[in-house]
Amino acid sequence: MVDVVATNETIIVVGGGISGMTAALEAAEVGKQVILLEKRPYLGGRVSQLYKYFPKMCHPVCGQEINQRRIKGNNNLTILTMAEVTEITGDTGDYTVNVKISPRYVTSDCTACGECEKVVETEFDDEFNYNLGKRKGAYIPNKMAFPQTYVIDPAIIGTDEADKAKEACKYGAIDLDMGEETLELKAGSIIWSTGWKPYDANKIQPYGYDRFENVITNVEFERLMDPHGPTGGKLLRPSDGAEAKNIAFIQCAGSRDINHLKHCSRFCCMASLKQTRYVAEKYGDDAKSTIYYIDIRSIDRFENFYNDVKSNENVEFIKSKVASIEQDENKNPVLRGVNTEGAVRYANTHDLVVLAVGMEPSVDVSEFPVKLVLNEEGFIQNDEANGGIFAGGTSADAYDVNRAVQHATAAALRAVQVVNNISK
Amino acid sequence: MADEMKVAGYICTGCGIGDRLDAGQLEMIATREGRIASCKQHEFLCSAEGVKMIKDDIDSGEATHLMIAACSRRAKTDAFSFGEIPMARANLREGVIWIRPEDPEQDETTQEMADDYIRMACNEVKQMNKPERSGEQELNKNILVVGGGVTGMTAAIEASKAGYPATIVEKSDHLGGALAGFSKKVPSKAPYAEPEDTGIAEMIAAIEADDTITVHLNSKLAKTSGAPGRFVAEIEGAGVTSEFGAIIQATGFTPYDANNLPELGYGKTPDVVTQLELEALVKDADGAIKRPSDGKEVESVVFVQCAGQRSTKENHLEYCSGFCCTTSIKQAMYFKEANGDINTTILFDDLRTPGAAGEDFYRAGQEAGVTFRKGKVSEVDGSLNVKFDDLILGMEDNIQPDLVVLATGMVPNSGVNIEAIAPKDDEEAEAGEQTENDDVVAVIDAESILNLDYRQGPDVPQLVNGFTDSHFICFPYETRRTGIYTAGPVRRPMDVEQAKSDAMGAAMKAIQAAENAALGRAAHPRSGDLSFPKFRLEGCTQCKRCTVECPFGAINEDEKGYPQFNEARCRRCGTCMGACPVRVISFENYNIMTVSEQIKNVDIPDEFDEKPRILVLACENDAYPALDMAAATGKIEYSAFARVIPVRCLGSVSTIWIQESLDSGFDGVVLMGCKKGADYQCHFVKGSEMAHYRMGKIGDTLETLSLEKERVAIYEVAITDIEKAPQYINDMAATIEEIGMSPFKF
Repeated sequence: MVDVVATNETIIVVGGGISGMTAALEAAEVGKQVILLEKRPYLGGRVSQLYKYFPKMCHPVCGQEINQRRIKGNNNLTILTMAEVTEITGDTGDYTVNVKISPRYVTSDCTACGECEKVVETEFDDEFNYNLGKRKGAYIPNKMAFPQTYVIDPAIIGTDEADKAKEACKYGAIDLDMGEETLELKAGSIIWSTGWKPYDANKIQPYGYDRFENVITNVEFERLMDPHGPTGGKLLRPSDGAEAKNIAFIQCAGSRDINHLKHCSRFCCMASLKQTRYVAEKYGDDAKSTIYYIDIRSIDRFENFYNDVKSNENVEFIKSKVASIEQDENKNPVLRGVNTEGAVRYANTHDLVVLAVGMEPSVDVSEFPVKLVLNEEGFIQNDEANGGIFAGGTSADAYDVNRAVQHATAAALRAVQVVNNISK
Repeated sequence: MADEMKVAGYICTGCGIGDRLDAGQLEMIATREGRIASCKQHEFLCSAEGVKMIKDDIDSGEATHLMIAACSRRAKTDAFSFGEIPMARANLREGVIWIRPEDPEQDETTQEMADDYIRMACNEVKQMNKPERSGEQELNKNILVVGGGVTGMTAAIEASKAGYPATIVEKSDHLGGALAGFSKKVPSKAPYAEPEDTGIAEMIAAIEADDTITVHLNSKLAKTSGAPGRFVAEIEGAGVTSEFGAIIQATGFTPYDANNLPELGYGKTPDVVTQLELEALVKDADGAIKRPSDGKEVESVVFVQCAGQRSTKENHLEYCSGFCCTTSIKQAMYFKEANGDINTTILFDDLRTPGAAGEDFYRAGQEAGVTFRKGKVSEVDGSLNVKFDDLILGMEDNIQPDLVVLATGMVPNSGVNIEAIAPKDDEEAEAGEQTENDDVVAVIDAESILNLDYRQGPDVPQLVNGFTDSHFICFPYETRRTGIYTAGPVRRPMDVEQAKSDAMGAAMKAIQAAENAALGRAAHPRSGDLSFPKFRLEGCTQCKRCTVECPFGAINEDEKGYPQFNEARCRRCGTCMGACPVRVISFENYNIMTVSEQIKNVDIPDEFDEKPRILVLACENDAYPALDMAAATGKIEYSAFARVIPVRCLGSVSTIWIQESLDSGFDGVVLMGCKKGADYQCHFVKGSEMAHYRMGKIGDTLETLSLEKERVAIYEVAITDIEKAPQYINDMAATIEEIGMSPFKF
């Protein structure tokens, strides 16, 4: 049984990505009681699936390590993974939050020794790698996963596989009878930080993501470049496993487009610029990157980063919204469109296309467990009508990591204001 | 607590430790060689039962200090959590059995590795004490806000709402800053279609109505001293001296000096204005907007984006100020609102309107009939002829409007660039220079803002383009002055909405700093650490290394040149300890002896055994986790001759440790820290850099000992370098094989 104490001075943070972790920690480090709810079996959210951050080209796990240590050392913070909010009732200072906790089938006795994984044979698409690789039915979601506790895939429950896993565990940490639990928690304030999901590239029909193997998305590209990803860091194109050397990046794929996402997702220009750096670091003069763009939005010191990339002769910039993609007999994507600078038509062949898809809010309007004021894009507005529920990070707008963290810190203050006024 | 130290040891035999290692031998080593009071084995130490055994021993007084030999100190922290009881963890899982192959021929060296880690942990924990909290300060909930613009006002209002009184110090005679001079602001609420009221009047009213907010106009800080929880600010103008728990610096920006842009017509005709000047024109206009030269009603206006920005020309700003694109759209709407027939053209290179608000507003501008042309302006002459290169049509073009508006950028009011003015002693001059401040184009305010009474200078350090230093990505608020947070355009260029949000975040951090200081706890990243540097005056030689090298400016000097620690300013990285040549600085839970004793207690085999010893000092934040993760792959190995000691930061590494290890017969030393420089990844900003600097001089020590310089290597290691980090250790093993064993064996 999950045992959690919550009162109307408790702050509940929904979503344990970088924003939720930040909001939860900032509030907990000022002495507030905080409960952090995460749907996945581990914290870290989308940033844990990135290879490197711009502009420092450093690794997301580095900051995660610090945040994990902050969590380990803080008694004010309770973390519940595999937890989803089903309903929120009440008002500022007096909310009741219903939470559903899915079974992990592994208890905190797990030492992450990995014996269960060795004996289980059934494999599943690895969601951590955007299904580009496979994982076992008993698995740890990623190397840095926090908590470092295994998960048994519900699909093997009731099969021999599950029994084998249980038998292999010397620590009695596998509990196959674990069931779904529901909790009713009190809270004074709620920070909603469920983040974003990549826009569904299948919807951008002219780009053929669903038809052409060598058309992938920017988030998938991160996994391919990561040495701990499904290809061991090799840029292998999906159709034939050959190394890609002529890569196209299509900006605003499904963004700034009233037929798709209306908004500009802010991070995609920098993400593509960063990804050309991966290519340059890996292949030097042997590979070429081409960015098709409308406007390059490298605000602030990111401009220096843009300039660095521009100075690389192996990176070409074409001002154009790509009209369509076809595929040649070698499964090379062929991009057609008009270069608006000079109004020249082109039909350019690349061996891999990366769609810079944008940020869509993770939770659909219809699925919010409580009525909130949202904008047309689906982001939570800063509105008094939302009472003691505040957006933190990309639930509020499309942000890159540094702005999401900044925003989440501000959200923590809003929540602290509510509970401080209760305890007054 | 009893004065008598009782070190209790616990050896876990789970996770294969008991299968791979002789636990009986480990236990014997713990008690006989480690000389600890007791030692027990448990087959599943992190289980409820195992943890209860430890807790019972603590409760009965049988354990005052703990030696836990199990998995890495990073693992199972929930189970092995015993408050402030000193604890050392011998890493037998990730550090030994997971990183060494299962091979009978290797069993001997693998066991020796474990034996040493037991000796090391037993001796480490004896040098540790329960930390007491710093008591230098008490709870002071007052927040000082420097700057009364929209950022500063927001910070004060929001801190007050959370129950923390705020004091605003504003140098001008009014609140509101730059925004007070604006007609309207870019919309903050859906549908983001029309300019909205600035809200400044409401904010000022809220401040006036709030008796927990104090405002000092026409004032500045003559002197700021102290530390979080006990800052003392002398407020010149107001003539008061007050105490504060924390400080928010919201000093905003100075508009870029358009006089640097004669090619764009500025100064040649009054009808070329900046965006800020246009706001004043609009505010003063009664109905139609008239041009300054002759009062003619403006019928056409051109906005020149990126004026003096995104440019490497002399006296231009290299960066993009981010707010100017939406500001020009808003200003074009002022004209359209007055008269829909007015021609409004925005000449841009890249139009930058990110987010939902930005893009919706851009569309609203298009719908309002604003013309957008991708063009680079080459010249605006005195008769307002705007020559530009139309980048879409690929041809030169020109427009002759009634008014030209230049979208110039923001220059941060970050005060004195302390690295440019810092007095240097010889050594310091070599050590400190790393940041990219050379490219600051416009030093607009050589006057200090905070006037900090700090050894390292009067203002917060800067990083890129003159904006204040910050960890930027994961921890954007962390400046290098604890308890002082910067927000708004002084931190990075930003628009009004971002500045307001930024102010709230800074208020959060300021409140936290005040609360943690009161509890005597460390601020980020060692949040909650109760230890703080202790200093033994008798041994100090007044060499000033600690006061110079502290990345956070925590240490002042008294008249005699002795260090004066300010505990609440300290982040507990230990860089001062690493800097001190005479070992007078220590922490209760981390000091020269905790590491020295580990080094001394490694068993050094005879030269002819051909079992070298490699000391690895690894940053606990990145390199040590990388080694752990390498072990977790089950595929990577490193030399069984390595003995790894995690350190708080490479900056805390004392050259004494290197010398002692070489003296005692270690054959090689590998140091692993984080990336340094402008894109630093060091969580203590300068720690890794200081270590590199110090190690640059280790050659002298090696020479004195007549040892080859290859025996000491220092690397930058990222947390993901799970192949590289073990490789560096193996490289050292190979080097030793090549150059031979150390002659300093007994």
